[in-house]
Amino acid sequence: MSTNNAYYIPHKATWPVMATAGLLTTLVGFANYLNGSSIGSPLMMLGFAIFIVMVAGWFTLQSTESESGMYNHGVGISYRMGMMWFIFSEVMFFAVFFGTLWYTRNLSVPWLGGEGAKAATKAILWTNYTAVWPTNGPGNVGGHFEPMGAFGLPFINTLLLLSSGVTCTWAHHGLLAKKRDQLIKGLIATVSLGFLFVLCQAFEYHEAYTEMGLTLGSGIYGSTFFMLTGFHGFHVCVGAIILSVVLFRSAKGHFTPENHFAFEAAAWYWHFVDVVWLGLFVFVYLM
Amino acid sequence: MKKIKQLFAGAMLTTFGLPIAQADYALNLMEGVTKVSNDIYDLHMLILWICVFIGIAVFGTIFYSIYHHRKSKGHEAAHFHEHTTVEIIWTIIPTIILVAMAIPATKTMLELDDVQESEMSIKVTGKQWYWDYQYLDSGVHFESHLDEISEKSHRGHTIDPHTVPNYLLSVDRPLVIPINKKIRFVFTSADVIHSWWVPDLGWKKDANPGFINEAWTSVPTPGVYRGQCTELCGRDHGFMPIVVIAMNQGDYDNWVKTTLEKQNAKPDLSDQSHEQLMANGSSVYLKNCVACHQIDGKGVVGNYPALRGSAKVTGGVDPLIGFLQAGTSKMPSFAKLKDNELAAVITYIRNSPDIGNKVGDEIQPKAITPVYDDDE
Amino acid sequence: MSAVTAEHDHDDHHHDDHAHGPEKGWLRWVVTTNHKDIGTLYLVFALAMFFVGGTMAMIIRAELFEPGMQFVDPQFFNSMTTMHALVMVFGAVMPAFVGLANWMVPMMIGAPDMALPRMNNMSFWLLVAGILLLASTLFMEGGAPAGGWTLYPPLVLQTGKALPFAIFSVHLLGISSIMGAINIVATILNMRAPAMSLMKMPMFVWTWLITGFLLIAIMPVFAGAVTMLLTDKFFHTSFFDAAGGGDPVLYQHIFWFFGHPEVYVMILPTFGVASTIIPVFARKPLFGYSSMVYATAAIAFLAFIVWAHHMFTVGMPISGELYFMYATMLIAIPTGVKVFNWTATMWKGAMTFETPMLFSISFVVLFTLGGFTGLMMSIAPADFQYHDSYFIVAHFHYTLVPASIFMLMAGGYYWLPKWTGHMYNEKIGQLHFWLSAISVNILFFPQHFLGLAGMPRRIPDYAIQFSDWNMISSIGGFIFGASQLLFLYIVVDTIKGGTGEKVTDEVWEDAHKHGLEWTLPSPVPYHTFSTPPTVIPCDHD
Ligand code: HEA
Ligand code: HEA
Ligand code: HEC
Ligand code: CUA
Ligand SMILES: [Cu+2]
Repeated sequence: MSTNNAYYIPHKATWPVMATAGLLTTLVGFANYLNGSSIGSPLMMLGFAIFIVMVAGWFTLQSTESESGMYNHGVGISYRMGMMWFIFSEVMFFAVFFGTLWYTRNLSVPWLGGEGAKAATKAILWTNYTAVWPTNGPGNVGGHFEPMGAFGLPFINTLLLLSSGVTCTWAHHGLLAKKRDQLIKGLIATVSLGFLFVLCQAFEYHEAYTEMGLTLGSGIYGSTFFMLTGFHGFHVCVGAIILSVVLFRSAKGHFTPENHFAFEAAAWYWHFVDVVWLGLFVFVYLM
Repeated sequence: MKKIKQLFAGAMLTTFGLPIAQADYALNLMEGVTKVSNDIYDLHMLILWICVFIGIAVFGTIFYSIYHHRKSKGHEAAHFHEHTTVEIIWTIIPTIILVAMAIPATKTMLELDDVQESEMSIKVTGKQWYWDYQYLDSGVHFESHLDEISEKSHRGHTIDPHTVPNYLLSVDRPLVIPINKKIRFVFTSADVIHSWWVPDLGWKKDANPGFINEAWTSVPTPGVYRGQCTELCGRDHGFMPIVVIAMNQGDYDNWVKTTLEKQNAKPDLSDQSHEQLMANGSSVYLKNCVACHQIDGKGVVGNYPALRGSAKVTGGVDPLIGFLQAGTSKMPSFAKLKDNELAAVITYIRNSPDIGNKVGDEIQPKAITPVYDDDE
Repeated sequence: MSAVTAEHDHDDHHHDDHAHGPEKGWLRWVVTTNHKDIGTLYLVFALAMFFVGGTMAMIIRAELFEPGMQFVDPQFFNSMTTMHALVMVFGAVMPAFVGLANWMVPMMIGAPDMALPRMNNMSFWLLVAGILLLASTLFMEGGAPAGGWTLYPPLVLQTGKALPFAIFSVHLLGISSIMGAINIVATILNMRAPAMSLMKMPMFVWTWLITGFLLIAIMPVFAGAVTMLLTDKFFHTSFFDAAGGGDPVLYQHIFWFFGHPEVYVMILPTFGVASTIIPVFARKPLFGYSSMVYATAAIAFLAFIVWAHHMFTVGMPISGELYFMYATMLIAIPTGVKVFNWTATMWKGAMTFETPMLFSISFVVLFTLGGFTGLMMSIAPADFQYHDSYFIVAHFHYTLVPASIFMLMAGGYYWLPKWTGHMYNEKIGQLHFWLSAISVNILFFPQHFLGLAGMPRRIPDYAIQFSDWNMISSIGGFIFGASQLLFLYIVVDTIKGGTGEKVTDEVWEDAHKHGLEWTLPSPVPYHTFSTPPTVIPCDHD
């Protein structure tokens, strides 16, 4: 049980309101943009700027407070729990898209092709369609495309991410053993591998769009492919940015073996992103 | 006055919660006409009575304690706060009850699901906002819209719904089926999800775009059975009823024959009088256009443009014909209308005082030049 | 029972000029991190939204008063149905329970505040942002979303300009709920007073722990579903389009994977409040505390595996129909345990009938009624008749209005004296109860008959044979709505001083035996438990 005698309770907070304002502005901007309104983009930019300032401000505040020893053990546990449950919510978010992939591959596409419980669907509506995977559906939505193979860039990306997981752990060991040098080298390696991954993925997308005819609009294959890999790629970017901040703070001499929640949270997040990729590699590319 | 009386009677009934089955007040599920619907009714009654029984036991206990274990009566609180045996008993008994309920439920479910060995098939397509029926064996094919008088009543605010026979529950062309035949329905949709429900048949089934759902029925007694679309499908979801007429095989065969004859007959393209065109145009308009452009031709601001005073309507006839046959991304094509229907509706929207236009001409069927000759 | 130190003896070493009280002026409410302030914000906001959602319900009931189109356009009617549900669910009931959790959880477990106070502030403001975004759609070209609160495609994709706004509002509400839930879960797991072991926690805290878990698990699922709506509409994906290999029914699976647990999110804290209040006024410990805990957990577990009972008519394979039927029926068992335990708690008690208790008793009875109809609908073949008829509308309003809403009212009456230090007017409270309890039945009971007689839901106009019950239902609705103005009056009156009678610390007779909050002064000071209490009341062992 925590000793909450001196549990740190902040008494006034302006960043959260600013975060809300930033998010709201961004989303209102985005919605307007989607509706074809010209105030969309500027609003979005404004909102995003507010958001960035907020993130910088809030994180600086947290790190100053942390470094000045305001957080005791109990506070640390609260933060860790917060992070854990946040990652759990992310797991559920990805589960939706994996579930979608499962459902379409195993149920809706076979049904459209006249298999299983809905044989009449093909007989009456889609007589010319044969269920295969990958597919862009009986309407041949988005036109001809080539599916993405597993053993090119995706395989390289798997290696990149896996090794970044190792370097991240190595950095953690450095932190625990008070080897700041190892900590910093490990973090540099992790962040670089992360950005390299994003770069490779950008190449992969470019190839898909320009040479393979594979787009977000390529029926259900394109939809699931880009949705899953896209959201994952976005998470890699966020993870890499967080790790960069951690790297920056390590360079400034922050973190002790006892008190390094920010590092830990970033590392957990990174490993989570790693695991999601393994799922992707197996279910999206290999199978 | 009658209303107030009914209201009073109704209020009394609710207040006392008595399931007195008065003729005017349907309080319970209808039994329906098919065997399946009777089975479902029996299931319903079974669960209902189980619930009533458990309810009496639980609520009885609560009211007993409220009455006898009151502080104001000087009752002293006991101090027990658990009793393992009792807790186990009241976990196990409900479990047994549930198993007992699951058995007949499973049987009925399996029966409902079995579309094998059907003797004829009807394809039902839900569309915003009417049903399209296609008899896969005989080739009969027609649309079924809300009848004109209900349409006028709910849109026009001039006809009292109470005076409309089967208000909102009758259609211009009902679905006709023979009795005592196992009929398989295949459901799909052309736009959004609809759901086809005739309570007397005992079930409803969703019509999903791009997929086929199947269900079956076999009606033992001739009669008229009514139902409605039960999946929210947009602004006129409340106005796409279903009417099924079950008749003897002989009558049914006759119906198929005459229907097919009419269906295959060439439309009468001879010239018509202004009045004829306007009358026909009005019913074509009520079926096809009113949902969007409204009964007064004023449309819906922001969604559907007004025809009242529209230059496109009152301007050149040929562009208007072309427009209606081609449709746009927002308005469906009306190439499906026969030349005489198209001529009538155009005359109507150009000249009807209801729509608010007065060009003063009539468009004859012969004036329609086909852009598409596809009659589907 | 006096070993509680609850005064503001802050010996914060870190500076802070506000440590001893709230910020001055209105800014206090914007920047506050205090769990009581935030709880108040949530509760006030939720009450306001209850009136907004209720006003929409009144429009629905007015249109349905008589056959024929009376007041509104069918499209607007559908918008009202949709917005009424979204506002009630996401703006009223859920925030109200988060508000109660904010106020009560730290006090019940002996914690100084919530675990993550800054994030707590953000959860609230995101909620406001989300609801603002949702409300703004009412004024947009093409109208507010009108596809039902379930937002089924392809229909919802026909929404006009409002679509992206509605979707982003769901995202904001989702983030807000997740943050709120994480905070509550972290608080419960990490901030309990030393003697407060898990199995000694008050039931309300338990139910919220489990609800929090449900929320964290399901809100991202809803967010994912609406994200796919967005991409289907604006980025050419085919998730819910058969032509591309997708399936509109897939959306329904995802939605109900969220939606079914969601309805338990609205009922589990309700159970918690009932388990808190009934023992106090029965003057007896809660019967079967541990089976209550296990039953709650069982309900939450089952909540994840029964979703497709909302979809019996979509054309699932027979194996799916049967599985979801059996799984759904099982929920009656743990829920039955709860109902029986409440009954046994009252049995041989020494009951008194103050307003909170009146609401609680009627909750047990009327919730059970709603549960019974739920069980009836779980029978798949029977649901072929009930589905999307007014029978369902009756079912879920019984579980939501005389259950969730009633227990929120009960909680309000029960804790208001503690929060404000004033007693509410018991006479008006009882009047409010009787008016509500009677009219809610006139409002919703006839809807069972309508559904069984064949009236579909979500229609603005109906056949003549449905007239009488609709009229009665509407009259009940107007009475019920008007009665809620009494509640508003009582709340305002109590805050202003109420009966003028100064309440004691424990307010209700022997309440200190039932919860830590009653050991604190009334009204509760701004900061409580800056040092954890060492002795805790425990009425169940
Ligand atoms: C708080 C909200 C709440 C709660 C608690 C419940 C509780 C239950 N609900 Fe309900 N439900 C909704 C809110 C809720 N529901 C909503 C909002 C919808 C509609 C959504 C929409 O379409 O818009 C809905 C719809 C809905 C459907 C879909 C109907 C359809 O659309 O066709 C079904 C079907 O199975 C169902 C079942 C149940 C069951 C079995 C329970 C069970 O949890 C009930 C268990 C309780 C009891 C059974 C009573 C007490 C038990 C005993 C006394 C023990 C002994 C009893 C027996 C053995 C009989 N609900
Ligand atoms: C927590 C959730 C919740 C709550 C509290 C309520 C509360 C109420 N609901 Fe609602 N409802 C839903 C959730 C809820 N509902 C959902 C999920 C749906 C399904 C939507 C869908 O199909 O998509 C639904 C749908 C729904 C319908 C069906 C609509 C349709 O199918 O077309 C109806 C119709 O009667 C209805 C009525 C009411 C009424 C009369 C109340 C009353 O309890 C409200 C009482 C409150 C007030 C009235 C406000 C307070 C008073 C004033 C503002 C004073 C002024 C008033 C007067 C002077 C009269 N609701
Ligand atoms: C599903 C809704 C819908 C139905 C049904 C419908 N329309 Fe339209 N109509 C529209 C919409 C939307 C437009 C605007 C078209 C556009 O801008 O692409 C329109 C435009 C028109 C116009 C041009 C108006 C102008 O001033 O620009 C005419 C004329 C018209 N419709 C006639 C008809 C007739 C006649 C029928 C029935 C036979 C009909 N419509 C049925 C939705 C509908
Ligand atoms: Cu078609 Cu509702
Ligand atoms: Cu459910």
